[in-house]
This record gives sequence, structure tokens and C-alpha cells, in this order.
Amino acid sequence: MSTAPHQHRLAAGIDLGTTNSIVATVRNGIAVVLSDGKGRGLLPSIVRYKADGGVDVGYAAQSAQAADPRNTIVSVKRFMGRGQKDVSHIESMPYDFVDAGGMVRLRTVAGVKSPVEISAEILKSLGARAEASLGGELVGTVITVPAYFDDAQRQATKDAATLAGLNVLRLLNEPTAAAIAYGLDNSSEGIYAVFDLGGGTFDISILKLSRGVFEVLATNGDASLGGDDFDQRVYCWILDDAKISFPSIEDTRHLLLKAREAKEMLTSHDEAPIHAALRSGEQVDLTLKIDTFADITKTLISKTLAPTRRALRDAGLTVDDVKGVVMVGGATRMPQVQRAVAEYFKQEPLTNLDPEKVVALGAAMQANVLAGNRAGADDWLLLDVIPLSLGLETMGGLTEKVIPRNSTIPIAKAQEFTTFKDGQTAMSFHVVQGERELVSDCRSLAKFELRGIPPMVAGAARIRVTFQVDADGLLSVSAREMTSGVEASIRVKPSYGLTDDEIAGMLKESIDHVGDDVQARNLREQQVEAQRLIEAVEAALDADGGLLRPDERADIDEEIAALRKRISATDHRAIKAGIDSLNAATQDFAARRMDLGVKRALRGHKVIELKL
Amino acid sequence: MVPDFSQDFFALFGLKRAYRIDAARLDQAYHELQGQVHPDRHAHLPDTDKRLSMQWATQVNEAYRTLKKPLLRANYLLRLAGTDTDHESNTTMSPEFLMEQMEWREAVAEARAAGEHHELEKLMQRLVKHASAIRNEVEASLDTQKNYAAAADAVRRLMFIEKLEHEIEDALEALES
Repeated sequence: MSTAPHQHRLAAGIDLGTTNSIVATVRNGIAVVLSDGKGRGLLPSIVRYKADGGVDVGYAAQSAQAADPRNTIVSVKRFMGRGQKDVSHIESMPYDFVDAGGMVRLRTVAGVKSPVEISAEILKSLGARAEASLGGELVGTVITVPAYFDDAQRQATKDAATLAGLNVLRLLNEPTAAAIAYGLDNSSEGIYAVFDLGGGTFDISILKLSRGVFEVLATNGDASLGGDDFDQRVYCWILDDAKISFPSIEDTRHLLLKAREAKEMLTSHDEAPIHAALRSGEQVDLTLKIDTFADITKTLISKTLAPTRRALRDAGLTVDDVKGVVMVGGATRMPQVQRAVAEYFKQEPLTNLDPEKVVALGAAMQANVLAGNRAGADDWLLLDVIPLSLGLETMGGLTEKVIPRNSTIPIAKAQEFTTFKDGQTAMSFHVVQGERELVSDCRSLAKFELRGIPPMVAGAARIRVTFQVDADGLLSVSAREMTSGVEASIRVKPSYGLTDDEIAGMLKESIDHVGDDVQARNLREQQVEAQRLIEAVEAALDADGGLLRPDERADIDEEIAALRKRISATDHRAIKAGIDSLNAATQDFAARRMDLGVKRALRGHKVIELKL
Repeated sequence: MVPDFSQDFFALFGLKRAYRIDAARLDQAYHELQGQVHPDRHAHLPDTDKRLSMQWATQVNEAYRTLKKPLLRANYLLRLAGTDTDHESNTTMSPEFLMEQMEWREAVAEARAAGEHHELEKLMQRLVKHASAIRNEVEASLDTQKNYAAAADAVRRLMFIEKLEHEIEDALEALES
């Protein structure tokens, strides 16, 4: 269904980065980064919780990070969907971690916070920036995630957006977003590699670009490797060289900042001075030479090349097939990274787009079309993949792969199981993600229990478990007993995620906190939704009304009129009921229209056939 | 409400039902179909449309994957012809073939244990050649001779070979990390 013309829907693309975040939008057909009041495009991904209950995000939080490290959270992206034991360099982090199993949490002056809540603060700030700058409410956003993020990390990101009150049109893989921005800018065709080394994550994606289709052939990476690790190496070198054995948490944060400054300086200089005054009064005065820097970070570079080899092999290609290598992420500014990439791919990498902004720009372009602002030239298609295999635990702690990595999404796969005891009415499943054979070496995503299986003799029940991965790369699992047709109930317990109840609780808390009128908000949302639906249906009727019999048409017209009447009422539930009812009434119509769309596509195809 | 996916995958992509296919045309037809049904085309629409679109795109992906991969395509053709290759019990592989398999397997295990990266790659190259010869057999028996029993036998051998290929890939990966 197309939308009414001349109505530009406000949409934004958000690059939720480890170090910095960016929001961008398409204005007059051009993707632009939205700046804050002081003209700054980047928002440092830093959140500070204050004793008075206030929250600082971005530069304000950054300036307090050395003074108040415990309550000032940097690089929260590293904690998303992660347990405490998964976090590297945890020993040099100044936070008060709460390990209650599942996703790690941090105790701050404002209470215990989940990484999802902390990320939501960053997203809220960017959403507000976009709405202020665009002068209206956002219809939707595209939020980027590292391609190598697993299901728990993706889900955590989506939950953060929900908490921030943003409507997520799509989670988009960062390298794919960069490929859109780059490919459309240069009308590129052929095989491209996107080498994306950010603040805390590394992705390598191999894409085939052809006539407006961006097809990811394979992706690989390391979800905890990035610029931060280079800082960490320099920091360790400082401690070593200056013979500091037990730095305070304030000194640690201070020296990490100095380490990063030195790293950045070395992109354009041969050496960088490091001066720092420690709390003890001790002075640090060192010079880091570029050769030393390259030497102490050599192993990090090689950690990017192993996934690169794997991605190429999975794509069934060699370096000679690669037409260009697009560099993405601030960390690709380091000369030794560029050198290593050039050497491996036997060609100079492409750096003509700002590696820090290209992801947000691509996300903005995608948000624009997903929101329904598709113009004639915006006819591109993205075909992306899941980065890691999805499977189930079987007997003996082994993994059985259900969906292999690099499968194009959306994808669904079903597997059948049976009961092994007479009269068994329940079964447990453990969903994991990863490539290793042992369950203990994979990421645990969730455990769920199937209840209500009709009692039968052992082996008689046929339980079909279906994995569905949607276009966001998110997994949902359903199960059904096939002989009886009973849809058994599932209780899912995410291993490193928040339950729906927890999200609802946080949402309620945050709404209570700002004293927002929930009723009014719900009402407004439903009114907007109802209006949107009516417009969409009417546009569809204009275009393809001929697909309906007169009585079917009359039913739909009646539903539209009924919903219209309800919009002006004040009961959001009544509007919601009207929306559901109109949705149900147009379901067949929508299916027929899609069918027609496919037939049109196929017809076009037949013409080609005849010519051959 | 469920769209008509009853036609076979070849018809879905406007291709002739045969093992030998024009890969470029398959790709093009796939892109055209996804261009219609992909969830990105329906992201601004009500949930009903989004659900339908996901279902459709999922099926188109499945159909594409089935036709794109030679082994899956051969299997699918055999299924359409009423010959099932899923059950290994419905035939016994020749002892020569099984012996050969064991030798391959041992060679891979040895190279893996010794960390012989180069040796693994050499094995892989030989295996790829081997697989390509069997694929020619599959093509001849499916498209020319219509000998489905012979095709099923070749397909089963191909399954073994592909399994071995995966083993080598895993070994290479293990050596690299």
C-alpha cells in the first residue's frame, strides 16, 4: 500500500556507537548529520547519573568522567546483552558491577542500572535532538548494530529503543548501512568488502552490489574488539613504562583518556607526548613513538584479519574478487590498520567518506525509505544475513545447528522432536548461538519450556519447533505438537536479556518519573496510528480497489467510517479496537495486493524469458 | 489469505524445471520477487502487512536457497520426481566409495592434528574437483537420462563430499583462531 503523496514522514537513522553516537536524517533528498545546539555532530556515548536524580548525556557527562568515574558510564555498548564474565578488561573498569546472573548491571548513585537503560538515555537524547531539529515527532528510526552482534545484543538494543520511546523501523547492520551510503554515493557495482573497526566492535562484511541490490554474502567479526582495545594497550604500556603498579580508578580513567589522545595524535604524527598528573602527585612524562604503538597493537590487527579470511571463505571468494574495501569506524584512521588492510586486500582501501559518519548517513537513508518516503530513485533492496549459527542443545551438551550462519534473513527452519517418556507432558529446550560444537562454548540465548503436550506413549508425540529470524535479525521460537495440533505454551527465559515484564516495569518507571500522562500519550499514539492506517487503506483502495467484490468493498468502507468516528473520542482502547478491526477486514485485501505485486514481478520476468 | 506458493520453486522464479539453471536469471528473478515482498518494502504498513511480508520473504529466501545450491536443487528435483534421498537406509553405498571416504577423513584428521594448513587446502582443492565431477554426473542423470536412481546415488555421494568439505573448513578455521 502506498501512502498519501506530499506527506513527508519524519525519520532518523541512529548510529549507537561504543564511543560516539550520531543521529542523521534525509533532508531534501540528502542525508545529513544532525548537530546539537553548539554545532557538534557527535554525541559521546557517555551517561552520568547524578545524586539529585538527574542524568547527563554526552559532553556534559564526558567532562565529569575522571572526577566521577563510578557514576559515569562509558562504552556501555560493550555490556549490552552480556554477562559479567563476558566483559574484557573488567578489572580496569571503575564501576560497581552487580552480578545477579544474566545481563550485567551497574550500581550507580541513582540505583542499579541495566545497560539497556543506560543506552536508552543516549537514544532519548538523540531522539530529542532529531525532533527538535526536524520540528515534529519521529515516525520511526533505524538503529544500527554491529553485524556480528548476537541475538541477545540485538534484542538489548531494540529494548533500549523501546525504553527511549522510539519506534524502531529496523535494526540495521553497521557495515550494511555504510555500504548503502557508499554504494549509492558512487553507484558502485561488484564485490565490496566493508571493514568496520569501531570503538568496541569489529565487523567485516562482503557484499555484492548490483543494480540497486545490496546483498550481503557473508559477515564475520569480533563483538569485543575496537579502538578501546588500542587505548587499553597504550594504557598498559604507560603503566609499564612509568612503573605505576596500583592506579586509582580516577587515575585509570585519566590515563585511558591520555592513551586515547596519544593514539589519535599518531594518525598524523610520528610520536605523541603523554603528560599526566596522578592523584599521588606523581608526574607521568612519556613519548609514544609510532613504531612502538604499531608494535604493541600488532596482535589486535591480526585479530581483524582472521575474521576477514573467514568471511571471504564463507562467501566463496578470494581477495582477487574484491573490487573495493570501504573503511568504516574511527579506528580505521590508524595508519597501521590501513596498511594491514591494504596489504591483505592488495589494494588501497576507500576512505573518501568520513568513516565516523557513514554508518549514520546510510541508516538515515534506509529510515527514510522504510518510513514510506520512497521516491523513484530510492528503489534499492537490502538482503542481509545472520552472523552466527542458531541451534539447540541436544543430548550430551552438544549443539545442533538449526539455522547456519550467513543465512539470508528473514528465514525460518523447523525441527521435530519427540517425547522419550510415556505420558510426558512437558519438554525443555535450550537455544544457543555460535559455531562451536559444545553448548558451553556457544552463547546461551534462552531456555524455554513447552507445556501442555497431550499424554502419549514415548516417541508418539511429534513436537515441531520453529525458529524464525526476522529482518532485524531477531529470533523467535514457537512450538506445536503435530499429532494433536496442540499449540503448547512456551515460557521463554532469556539468558542475557530482559523479560517483557522487566521492560514494561522500566517503561512504567520512566514514565512515572517524568510524570508523563500515560493516558494522553496512549491516546495520541492510537490516534496517529489510526490516521496512518486509514490513509494507507484508502491509498490501497485507490490503487487496487478493483481486486475487491462490491460487498467486500462496502465492508471495508464501513470499517473506515467506524474508525474515523472513534478517532475523535477520548478512549484509546476503543480506537485500538477499531484499528484491529480494520486491520482484520483488510487482511485478505492486503494478501491479494501482494499476490498481484508478485505476479507483476513474474510477468516482467516472463517477458525477459521470451526474449531469450 | 495465504498466497499461492503451491507452484514449485522453478515456476516461482520463472525457470524451467531442470538441474542445469541459468544462475544469473535465478538471481535476477529472486531480486525482483524480494523487491516486492521484502519486509523493508512494508515497514511503514500495519502489522498485518508486516507479518505477511515476513512470511513471504522467508519463503522466497527458502526457494532461492534451494535452487541456488546444487545439492539442494538436485534433492528438490528428486523429491518432485518422487524419489527420496533423505533416508540413507534406502540404499547401501558401494564399499569402494565408503573406503575412499574413510581415507579422506583420515587425511583430514591427520592434517588437522599436525596443523598442516597447506595440506588441508590441497585436500580441499582435490575435493572440490571431485565434487564437480559428481555434479556433472548428477546433471547428466537428471536432465539427460532421467535416471533418478542413478541421480539419487550421485546425490548421496555428493552429500558425503560436502560433509567432508565442511570438516576441512572447520579444521582450517580451528587452525586460524
